[in-house]
Amino acid sequence: MWRGGAYLLLLGVAEAGLFGLRRWLVARPLAGVEAAMRADLYRHLQRLPVSFHDRWASGQLLSRATADLQLLRMFLAFPLTFLLVNSATIVVGFAILLAQEWTLGLVLLAPVVPLMVLCSWFETRYSIGARVAQDQIGDLTTIVEEGVLGIRIIKGFGRHRSQARAFGSLSRRVRETELGKARLLAGLWALILTLPELAIGAALVLGTVQVADGAMSAGTLVAFLSTALALRWPVESMGFLLAMSQESATATERYFEAMDAPEQADMTRESAAGKSPSGADGLRFEGVEFRYADAPADVPPVLRGVDLHIRSGETVALVGATGSGKTTLTALVPRLHEATGGRITLDGADIAAMPRGRLRELVSVAFEEPTLFSATAADNVLMGAEGAEEAELRRALEVSQAGFVYALPQGAHTQVGEQGLSLSGGQRQRLALARAVVGRPRFLVLDDPLSALDVHTEALVEAALRQVLATTTALVVAHRPSTVLLADRVALLSGGRIAAVGAHHELLRTSAEYRALMSGAADGGSSR
Amino acid sequence: MTTSVSGQPTPEGEADGQHSHSAGDGPPPGDSPGGTSDDSPGTSPRGTPGDSSSDSPGGSSLGTSGDSPGGSPGDPFDRDVLPTPQGASRTLLASLLRPRRGRVWVTAVALLFQQAIVQAGPLLVAFALDSAVPALREDDFGPLTAVAATYALCALASGGLQYAFVRASRRVSQDVLLDLRGRIFRHAQALSLDFHERYTSGRLISRATADVESLRELLNDGLEELLGVALSVVYISALLLYLDWGLGAAAVLTFWPLGLRIQSFRRRSRLVYGKRSTAIAAVIVKFAETMNGIRPVQAFRRERANDAEFHGLNHRHERFNGDAILEMARYVVSSRLVANTAVAAIVLWGAYRVADGGLALGVLAASVLYLRRLYDPIDRLGMFLNSYQSAAASLEKIAGLLAQRPSVPEPVEPRPLPVRDAERPGREVVFEGVGFAYRTGGEVLPRLDLAIPAGQTTAVVGSTGAGKSTLAKLLARFYDPSRGRVLLDGVDLRELSAPELRRGVVMVTQEAFLFSGTVAENIAIGRPDASREEIERAAKAIGAHDFIAALPDGYDTDVRKRGGRISAGQRQLVSFARALLADPGVLILDEATSSLDIPGERAVQRAMHTVLRGRTAVVIAHRLSTVNIADRVLVMSDGRIVEDGPPEELARGEGEFASLHQAWRNSTG
Repeated sequence: MWRGGAYLLLLGVAEAGLFGLRRWLVARPLAGVEAAMRADLYRHLQRLPVSFHDRWASGQLLSRATADLQLLRMFLAFPLTFLLVNSATIVVGFAILLAQEWTLGLVLLAPVVPLMVLCSWFETRYSIGARVAQDQIGDLTTIVEEGVLGIRIIKGFGRHRSQARAFGSLSRRVRETELGKARLLAGLWALILTLPELAIGAALVLGTVQVADGAMSAGTLVAFLSTALALRWPVESMGFLLAMSQESATATERYFEAMDAPEQADMTRESAAGKSPSGADGLRFEGVEFRYADAPADVPPVLRGVDLHIRSGETVALVGATGSGKTTLTALVPRLHEATGGRITLDGADIAAMPRGRLRELVSVAFEEPTLFSATAADNVLMGAEGAEEAELRRALEVSQAGFVYALPQGAHTQVGEQGLSLSGGQRQRLALARAVVGRPRFLVLDDPLSALDVHTEALVEAALRQVLATTTALVVAHRPSTVLLADRVALLSGGRIAAVGAHHELLRTSAEYRALMSGAADGGSSR
Repeated sequence: MTTSVSGQPTPEGEADGQHSHSAGDGPPPGDSPGGTSDDSPGTSPRGTPGDSSSDSPGGSSLGTSGDSPGGSPGDPFDRDVLPTPQGASRTLLASLLRPRRGRVWVTAVALLFQQAIVQAGPLLVAFALDSAVPALREDDFGPLTAVAATYALCALASGGLQYAFVRASRRVSQDVLLDLRGRIFRHAQALSLDFHERYTSGRLISRATADVESLRELLNDGLEELLGVALSVVYISALLLYLDWGLGAAAVLTFWPLGLRIQSFRRRSRLVYGKRSTAIAAVIVKFAETMNGIRPVQAFRRERANDAEFHGLNHRHERFNGDAILEMARYVVSSRLVANTAVAAIVLWGAYRVADGGLALGVLAASVLYLRRLYDPIDRLGMFLNSYQSAAASLEKIAGLLAQRPSVPEPVEPRPLPVRDAERPGREVVFEGVGFAYRTGGEVLPRLDLAIPAGQTTAVVGSTGAGKSTLAKLLARFYDPSRGRVLLDGVDLRELSAPELRRGVVMVTQEAFLFSGTVAENIAIGRPDASREEIERAAKAIGAHDFIAALPDGYDTDVRKRGGRISAGQRQLVSFARALLADPGVLILDEATSSLDIPGERAVQRAMHTVLRGRTAVVIAHRLSTVNIADRVLVMSDGRIVEDGPPEELARGEGEFASLHQAWRNSTG
């Protein structure tokens, strides 16, 4: 008897061990699949063109990277296994039932056809609902994000209530969608429960009649019905398993929508054999055209034939009315957008035939909106040049008059950006400028780099920047005369073309448009 | 053998207690994530981690306008562990469920009846064989008809109840989620600027999405799991006790070690889920930051460095995710072991008693079969506890967020502003002995006394850190002064309701953020009930109409679709149009013209002369061209006003303004 007990115990231990083994085996891989897919998405999104990011709200990308992938992991953890196991159980169960009593077995099979039709109808409907719900969660994510990024405006206009209302109405829509899904699921579940049960009832009645007639033994009927009842849970479970599969399917679909967006080819053109890099030619725009891919057909391109030559070592200021395409033009140089016509060359080499990494090493950019990342002030600057020395950092900070970083609590190693100290617009701009000049790039593109600086600092930055610009080929977008004066020549962008090139004073004389753009300063100065 | 069952912590009692929150024993005090210092995200770069001494936000640093020093290593914001009161997650869940009590009961009752009806099947089979067969043999179809009818009825009822259950339970779950999301968002919007400057958008997103999602899992299936487990345990324990007292009592006794297992599982998984919630928030923060800054990321070739950093954060989350699954595995294995040992022991004991003749073999056989089923719900209970702990950890994070009090609260009894004359729409601004210090110390405004008469345009100049922006933020009530008062037409800003305050004071900042939606909607933020004509009028007045009209869909252009194409200058024009539409008594421009070109700036100045004529205006400017339109200039330095007077007068003097003005004249050539 002791031995029997020992065997029982052993069996129990083995069972527990196997249970554990199964979970232990899947634990890391399951978490791994989710993490790997997320890392892939992140990797891919970073390499997608800027135009993709302009189209997609970041909340939609974020919800794909989190909620959708979590759903997928949960599906892989249990429902997938059960879906397979339970389907197999049902098939085997029916085979046994038919073998036991084929007449009664056929009775039980009767609801299969209507159930299949029902399930496929349900799947279509439910997947629509699931998709809508997931998209709405993406929109919800966007609203939450904007609620923080735009908090100063919301507070400044006291709009937190209307913002909360917008959020409320969207989350009520999410609820409606979810309740719609629940209605579908409840209906399906009820039918999946009821129809087989009715069939079992019918089999019971027929079986009882047969037993009464003596055509069947009571034992056979009991055995048959036990098998049928044992199949109850596998059949029932199909309801929510199907629902889970649909949700995972749409989540996967959403994931791959973002994943399938093609990365741009690194080089969009073969290097022209004849025109090998010809020494120091500077930066050249030749008939450069650009139109946004999703712009309506009747809208003229933003840039239609820009011709401009910035000689090596020269600085050219780019001036134009608000919305004339200055920023767009600057984005073409590091190939954040791809020119749709013409070509841009650096020292004679077509940038379209250059690996992006190489191009962006050559060209350094300071953007209109200075974005700092959550890193130390020093790291934020040094990301402009891999492996730069402390001395380089000091020089760059000096050029941009960003000495204030040394007064921060941990000096240049103070954390800044969203997860750190928030700096004022002028401070951010100076760090962004330091980032652009730190690597001593051959080509520099500065988009209105001094706009947020006070007049004292501006003068100091200009003086220091002149030194840098003296040895660099640079394109500087300028809104006011003080910035224009950094440049050797000025190019006026108008109507998608370079309308005039020349020295500041020359253009003031010859171009009415230029005069209008710069006039504020002119009569501001003369009024005193 | 005596059976004193009531005193044992039975699994169903335990689980039930969690759900209804009536159980006296709260979560172990030490298990809140707040107690763990290794919880900080891997990216936290500063100083020595583990200095968790500062447990209140007041004791930690505050990064604000750049004039104040940065965060300390033990900052709960950095580590994403805001202080949470004891049992806050439970209280939160209870407060969410309480209004839906009725429906929760409906759900439970539907589920109970449904389960009961399902159990009727075997009874009907027995009845059919015992009564209907003999009756049939006597040509009596009555019992068979009864069986058929009852079976059909049961099938229909069970389907109907299932339908009701699913609908009702999802309804509860969706209502709770709606409520919770709304609370998070409303609360976040009510919190002050200094909170948002530290909490980051990514974390808030994480709270409102990932953390809410984990509650959803609990609500969708939790009740069903819990009731199912409780029912089957009670039902089978009763049957076992009924079959044989001794065996039954022995089985019930095993609940004690199982209860211990459950306790430890709860404690451990709660810790893991707390860490997981922090980890996913860090992943989201990094993700959002990268996607929002994609231009510099690409231009400075950050892709690879970002991949590596993201990998670290993502891997952390992966590890905790795996840990959570392993905790579950540990629980299942250990409780299975306990259960299977118990089965073996009880069977052995039963076998001895059968051998002694003290127990019928049939009873032992039945008991053994039931014993197996008694322990079947171990897995289901584990799943329930798993989702409960995951939800509890998330709720704790949410509770920590909700426990943050706005440092700029709305008044309980607001006072109205005096009615103003339509001809003289400006309001008087008075700073009365105002002192302000960011929480880290380092006083920015030591003591400020300033009166701006209604209708005056005042320019404020000075170098970075002089306190210009602080002055503007105090006037806009982004912060409250630590000392003294800011008065608007004699009323303390702290006594004004939010709508009243924003009719009185509006601030246009340098960052011209556009929200998802159309251009018209973005302008209408200034006044949501404005008509299209009013919106267009505001845009025309500021010189923004032409570029808006040139957009593909004009005012109905979705800025998100073409957001990259609205330049910084155009965005600033849109935010000016907002301000014009808001039509405030006091307008604050905080370096709001920085990206405008000269014609744009002129249009703004014109608008201030025409549309905003008579408003009180405070203009923070680094460009002296803006100063020209001012009636009065304040020069600030180290938080004090060092010069005050009309611009012409100051320019002629010897002070700082005169030298600034000289520099500016030189720079414009």
